[in-house]
Amino acid sequence: MRSYLPAYDLQAPKNLAEALARMDREPGVWKPLAGGTDLMVLFEAGQLAHRKLLSLWHLPEFQGIEVGTDAVSLGALTTYTDVLRHPVLQREFPLLCQAARETGGVATQNRGTLAGNIANASPAADSPPALLVYDAQLELISAHGSRRVAYQDFHTGYKQMDLRPEELIARIRLPRRGNARRHYYRKVGTRKAQAIAKVCFAGMAEMRGEEIRDIRIALGSVAPTVIRCRKTEEVLRGQKLDAAALEAARQALAGEIAPIDDFRSTAKYRRRVALNLLEDFLLS
Amino acid sequence: MPEGARKTTVTCKVNGRKQTLHVYPMARLLDVLREELRLTGTKEGCGEGECGACAVMMDGALVNSCLVPVLQAEGTEITTIEGIADGDRLHAVQEAFITSGGAQCGICTPGMILAAVNLLERVPDPGEAEIRAGLAGNLCRCTGYRKIFDAVVRACQRAQSRA
Repeated sequence: MRSYLPAYDLQAPKNLAEALARMDREPGVWKPLAGGTDLMVLFEAGQLAHRKLLSLWHLPEFQGIEVGTDAVSLGALTTYTDVLRHPVLQREFPLLCQAARETGGVATQNRGTLAGNIANASPAADSPPALLVYDAQLELISAHGSRRVAYQDFHTGYKQMDLRPEELIARIRLPRRGNARRHYYRKVGTRKAQAIAKVCFAGMAEMRGEEIRDIRIALGSVAPTVIRCRKTEEVLRGQKLDAAALEAARQALAGEIAPIDDFRSTAKYRRRVALNLLEDFLLS
Repeated sequence: MPEGARKTTVTCKVNGRKQTLHVYPMARLLDVLREELRLTGTKEGCGEGECGACAVMMDGALVNSCLVPVLQAEGTEITTIEGIADGDRLHAVQEAFITSGGAQCGICTPGMILAAVNLLERVPDPGEAEIRAGLAGNLCRCTGYRKIFDAVVRACQRAQSRA
């Protein structure tokens, strides 16, 4: 333990109202803590900046997966295990299930939450590319009310988010679209289990004969945030999938990603893998 | 460094026994188990949720106790490696680890056994892929995984032949 334990306070508010009141009274002071799979790592390493933490793990308002006619609403505290066990998510949102399966091992999947994965804002996180492809929306809540934001607009820069200091992520909303689509998810890391992505690719395509009717592509670990690759999608939409379309798509994607060298991989490798995964997705 | 927290009372059950703990709320469940309750069977490996050496069950779910602040253990039932055997009678998974040679230095073993027991509780007759996924969060640096994998297969077979 590299942190001085008595310096860190953790409180469990009795209910949501109390949690929101606390966040509102001292904005930015209380750091929300759910399953601890990211924050407890920083704590152990002596790198947890906040001294006051608010445990949300037990709040029922943030739990549960509700299936509506138009959308599935996942509570902020939905764990990867919850995702994996849900029949509607398995059927209609396989990319999210695949991401959940590839996030850590069972113990991490039991404690890690979707909202935690989002709010940790790592560009290498596993579930955000899937959420981007599915046009997720976030419901944010504060003592003053709630608002809904498109997830694609949520990450505004490296570790920067459209989240006010007094706000919490309440739910994640996934619009339902039926399942007559092709889904592709691939995480490339140093090993199959317990690795953080060097590149992560999520794609969904709807074909009409040989023509791409609709397509969505999102990547992780290739930019300061996870990114939806709209220019690449634009190049491919309405096209027949031939060699020219493939080349145009590769060029578009190369222009949209901005990978870097870091301790996990190199920019060169990431660029090459990202383009290979695009091709693998399109030709699969 | 200023002291921001006061010790608080956390009540939980550990291996079937009720415990009332007087602890700092951010204390890691791992440290509380080892230092307050002297249940040193749970090991610390990496301290960052990568290795699974500190795995315990909390309300039946496998968790890494290094990542659980003890305040969140309030009202829960925890099972550590000390609670797996039935008195002197080892659990089928423990027997199988011995028979298969699934342990060497022993640091990963408690977590491996917890993960395997938890897997068999969820999936009584797991296939190869399910065993691999069930143990994916537990790292071993001695034996390689073959004998550990064999131990889980053996434990399943024994459970099947008894049923």
